[in-house]
Amino acid sequence: MSEKMVESVVARTISRIIIPFIQLYGIYVITHGESSPGGGFQGGVILGTSIILFGIVFSLNTTKKWISKKILILFMSLGLLIYSGIGAIDMLFGGKYLEYGKLPLPLHSPEMSALSILMVEIGIGLCVMSTITLLFIFLAGEKSGTRMDSWEI
Amino acid sequence: MIHALDFMLLLLLVIIALIAISLKDILGAVIVLGAYSLIMALAWLEMNAPDVAFTEAAVGAGVTSFLFISALSKTKRWEK
Repeated sequence: MSEKMVESVVARTISRIIIPFIQLYGIYVITHGESSPGGGFQGGVILGTSIILFGIVFSLNTTKKWISKKILILFMSLGLLIYSGIGAIDMLFGGKYLEYGKLPLPLHSPEMSALSILMVEIGIGLCVMSTITLLFIFLAGEKSGTRMDSWEI
Repeated sequence: MIHALDFMLLLLLVIIALIAISLKDILGAVIVLGAYSLIMALAWLEMNAPDVAFTEAAVGAGVTSFLFISALSKTKRWEK
């Protein structure tokens, strides 16, 4: 499907221009998740979509040079670790799971809640982005019959 | 909110869904499903649910289309 680059000059130029803006928008959606519509999931999907666009236009092999399957699996686990780690830290300091405001930081409670929510959103965003990109790599790149859990790139 | 706009969006949704299930060209049906997701996102937005609209636009129109197309590339395009 995406062994070689798309031949259309228009598609390549437009994607090269628009992909940074898509990623910037994804980061904006993630970081403003607590006060406006959007959040970790939506921003992560937008970030993953930008990588999918890159992979469709500039071949899968170029994408794999930039971001490999191992790094993606690492990001996926890291996102989950951030999310559950913040909840567990809150539990360690005497709160409920994901009870913001119990973190041992020299901040007032609303600021601490905002910081915790931001960290949780970043974790969700990382996890969703790498999952979507992994779906793309597995579906578009693998020959039929390859095991889905193989770590070969 | 605005009943005329609601009615138009829902009517458009039904028409697009009927087109999607009656097409013999599966690639075309996938594209029409993308349009369905777009109209659905507008309908969510009109029902004051911008979060769901966001998800619908990003996942429904973006990622699902790609997943369907890449699954389709392993089979045949035309329905018999």
